[in-house]
Amino acid sequence: MFSIDHRDQGTPAAAASDEAPVTLQIDGVSVTVPAGTSVMRAAAGLGNAIPKLCATDTLDAFGSCRLCLVEIEGRRGLPASCTTPVVEGMKVTTRNDRLQQVRRNVMELYVFDHPLDCDTCPADGHCEMQNVAADLGVTASRYGQDGCNHHQAPVDDSNPYFNFDPSLCIVCSRCVRACDEVQGTLALTIQGRGFDSKVAASQDDAFMDSECVSCGACVEACPTAALSEKSLLALGQPQRAVATTCAYCGVGCTFKAEVKGRDEADGNGNGVEVVRMAPNRDGKANHGHACVKGRFAYGYSTHQDRITRPMLREHINQPWREVSWGEAIAHAASEFKRIQSRHGRNAIGGITSSRCTNEETFLVQKLVRAAFGNNNVDTCARVCHSPTGYGLKHTLGESAGTQAFDSVMRADVVMVIGANPTDAHPVFASQLKRRLRQGDGRHRPRLIVVDPRAVGLVRSPHIAADCHLQLRPGTNVAVVNAMAHVVVTEDLVDQDYVAARCEPEAFEKWKRFISEARNSPEATEEVTGVPAQVVREAARLYATGGNAAIYYGLGVTEHSQGTTMVMGIANLAMATGNLGREGVGVNPLRGQNNVQGACDMGSFPHEFSGYRHVSDTAVRGLFESAWGVPLDSEPGLRIPNMFEAALDGSFRGLYVQGEDIAQSDPNTHHVVAALESMECMVVQDLFLNETARFAHVFLPGSSFLEKDGTFTNAERRISRVRKIMSPPAGLQDWEVTVRLSEALGYPMHYDHPSQIMEEIARLTPTFAGVTYEKIDRLGSLQWPCNEAAPDGTPTMHIGQFVRGKGKFYLTEYVPTHERSTRRFPLILTTGRILTQYNVGAQTRRTANVAWHEQDLLEIHPHDADVRGIADGDWVGLTSRVGETVLRAVVTEKIQPGVVYTTFHFPETGANVVTTENSDWATNCPEYKVTAVQVVKVNQPQDWQRRVREQARTGADA
Amino acid sequence: MNIDRLVTMANDIGAFFDSEPDKAEAARGVAGHIQRFWAPAMRVQIIAHEQAGGAGMLEVVRAGIRLLPAVPDAAVRGDRPAGGA
Repeated sequence: MFSIDHRDQGTPAAAASDEAPVTLQIDGVSVTVPAGTSVMRAAAGLGNAIPKLCATDTLDAFGSCRLCLVEIEGRRGLPASCTTPVVEGMKVTTRNDRLQQVRRNVMELYVFDHPLDCDTCPADGHCEMQNVAADLGVTASRYGQDGCNHHQAPVDDSNPYFNFDPSLCIVCSRCVRACDEVQGTLALTIQGRGFDSKVAASQDDAFMDSECVSCGACVEACPTAALSEKSLLALGQPQRAVATTCAYCGVGCTFKAEVKGRDEADGNGNGVEVVRMAPNRDGKANHGHACVKGRFAYGYSTHQDRITRPMLREHINQPWREVSWGEAIAHAASEFKRIQSRHGRNAIGGITSSRCTNEETFLVQKLVRAAFGNNNVDTCARVCHSPTGYGLKHTLGESAGTQAFDSVMRADVVMVIGANPTDAHPVFASQLKRRLRQGDGRHRPRLIVVDPRAVGLVRSPHIAADCHLQLRPGTNVAVVNAMAHVVVTEDLVDQDYVAARCEPEAFEKWKRFISEARNSPEATEEVTGVPAQVVREAARLYATGGNAAIYYGLGVTEHSQGTTMVMGIANLAMATGNLGREGVGVNPLRGQNNVQGACDMGSFPHEFSGYRHVSDTAVRGLFESAWGVPLDSEPGLRIPNMFEAALDGSFRGLYVQGEDIAQSDPNTHHVVAALESMECMVVQDLFLNETARFAHVFLPGSSFLEKDGTFTNAERRISRVRKIMSPPAGLQDWEVTVRLSEALGYPMHYDHPSQIMEEIARLTPTFAGVTYEKIDRLGSLQWPCNEAAPDGTPTMHIGQFVRGKGKFYLTEYVPTHERSTRRFPLILTTGRILTQYNVGAQTRRTANVAWHEQDLLEIHPHDADVRGIADGDWVGLTSRVGETVLRAVVTEKIQPGVVYTTFHFPETGANVVTTENSDWATNCPEYKVTAVQVVKVNQPQDWQRRVREQARTGADA
Repeated sequence: MNIDRLVTMANDIGAFFDSEPDKAEAARGVAGHIQRFWAPAMRVQIIAHEQAGGAGMLEVVRAGIRLLPAVPDAAVRGDRPAGGA
């Protein structure tokens, strides 16, 4: 079922072309449309909906349902309007007695094999078949309902989020085509012929057992209720749709939240229920597509674990007691003031989260700088993409990705480095796959994958990487240097581009450095494990294959040389002229929804919003006059520095909004020791997370459905988050920060987050033109948005780099301190899977656990064999800092010598074993490389059993 | 803070800038980075460690830290600068 306010155009818009627009007559009305438009779409543009069942504007025309037939003057027969392109001067008739009679005849054939209990059907009122039948006046079939039919076909309810009821299926193939064309998984097919034709998942498996990734594209595409959301079945039809933005990954898909009930019902928002999340077809990041998380996994917002009252305790060993907002905030404020008066102004700080809105994040850093009076504010982007900010700012001049997602449709070579988009950024992965499947044999786009694992993109239906550089974890910089060495020494540098756009002295110095033989693929092969020939092929392809675009993830940043690698990537792109137009670029795939936004908003301890250093007198003066207080000119503490300072007693109070540092930060034992030493920890979150075990004050947070604000995705796109229901504890997160600030003696005056955005725009040149009104009008805005670019900037660095001339940096490969030894012979690397998100606080509280109920350790058959480990065994994973136990999966996806796990469950304790090693420039932790040993064991560790037991009983620690 | 940790962090920074052939520029790179990104209390400790012989420090790091200006006590305590800017 489409979104309830969707008006379908029948077929996709025609591809942009140089051909002149076409004028034709439809039912006597003249209309002019782009060449390549279908007759159906042209008619829809006139508000003339031709009856149809197999056509929809997200899928290529198929021409199977025989309902959209039209008459065209001078043509024989009745062509299908969906598959017939417009021609100059064409005269089309869409309705007359003959056409309606033919359509009725066809419709009767559909109706005889379809139950007629529309009144009780979940799609009633929004069923396309019902609407077409009503339009044609078909209420029954002259063939009766007694012959052979599919009325008794069993329902497949194996998927936790949707049912497949074949008795309602009309075999229009829209689901099959959605899986193919929109999602790119190709899990569905039409099996059998004629009357036996039916939709089958994989080899006629249950949906849950098939290759289906539960993106829901098929459910949305279904014109009947054959594929229906279980929530729709349970709650009935939604009444209205509210546009908002997903709170999961950095793709930042926009949705229509389809709801019933009104917030006013009982004043607490309990009258509102979300029936479905339907991806927004006008959404510029997702174009109407979604994934299993965004579309389905929103149930955490009403989970019983939500904390709905503020809580307080004097000591972390005491039980919590519920208190009023006033008492909780007064306690937090008085503790913070007491700590500052005894231990100095710098003894407290705050942490913002990439899961919070721009406005919330901006307020937390304002609270720290203006009310705490120091710069001890940091964000969880510290532990994911801080090297991106540093690396791209220094080389190109701006701390952000260079393109819009749509740019990939014009890329000829795509290089994916240290990212697993099919799992972590699934909606972008679908678009990328669409691009990779375009073109024929010789003229198809090419794919280079740089990753220690054989991630999904390396080989999936109709996709195969042309080069897979399966490097050893920790050797990224050696690989990118080797590629650049090939570019320089084989004379593949875009000389004109470099001469026009880059600093010549830095380039010459870099050229000498990178040309040295030690950077050649042959010299680095031993350390990287990548055959020199493969590196050479990849480098040639990247440099000469046309528009070359780089997409990268945390496999680039979460290393001791994360920043060096980001610079190396920028060097490579500049040297080959692959920046500053569509189809190219350097694109960080951000982990969380608002990583880009959190960084933009001045969450880092050394800079104000818009990436301006706190020591800059003019900038600081601007904020001082706006905020009415003197501000500190010295950089504050980063998250890992806060832990170190806590251990030496100089840091004793922390305000954490929406971030679970105890689970997500490395070397858990170290983090726990630091948190235990805090005198006042204030945690603001939806749930009692791991960090809340060390908290003295708990402030209940609001989910993305419960507040207004904006998120900024990986392509710098600012989109609105809209309040659909009231937060259960009564306050939106920004209101909590305002109250805390007021209690600290620094009142803030806002009635609505739009006023916070006005302040951001006033104080931040790249946001100068951003207003809620403009976002509402245009749907979204990509910063920079200012006088020079009032409607935003999809592609950056056109004509010249933001910093003026691009700057090449020397990127010496420096091996990490972490290396395999006889005691710890394997390298552990970490990542994510499709159905879970980050530390799992949200997705673990949804039916997504049906796919992934525990984290598993992937190990190569060779490494498993020599340790006597079989698939499914408990294994102990030990590093020099800690030990944990999890179950093993023996797989060749991983190379010998490397093991892999995810970190979605607290009892996994992946961070119990990760170390304090970090990126040289930003202290981003080296999650991707830990030397470990793996041994077979009988059972989990005691602490893991305790965490599991707590999770089961809901008891807090 | 744990001085060993600070020395490791400083050496990691030094290892990046050490690829610069002009060693004076490499030292300026180290100094500039630490001045811009390290909180005052951390700079005080690393400067004191360097002045005490700089055990465990790369040469480029020592050279860089010698370029750092002294950190005022007020900055470490977090006293607000008089009159704002």
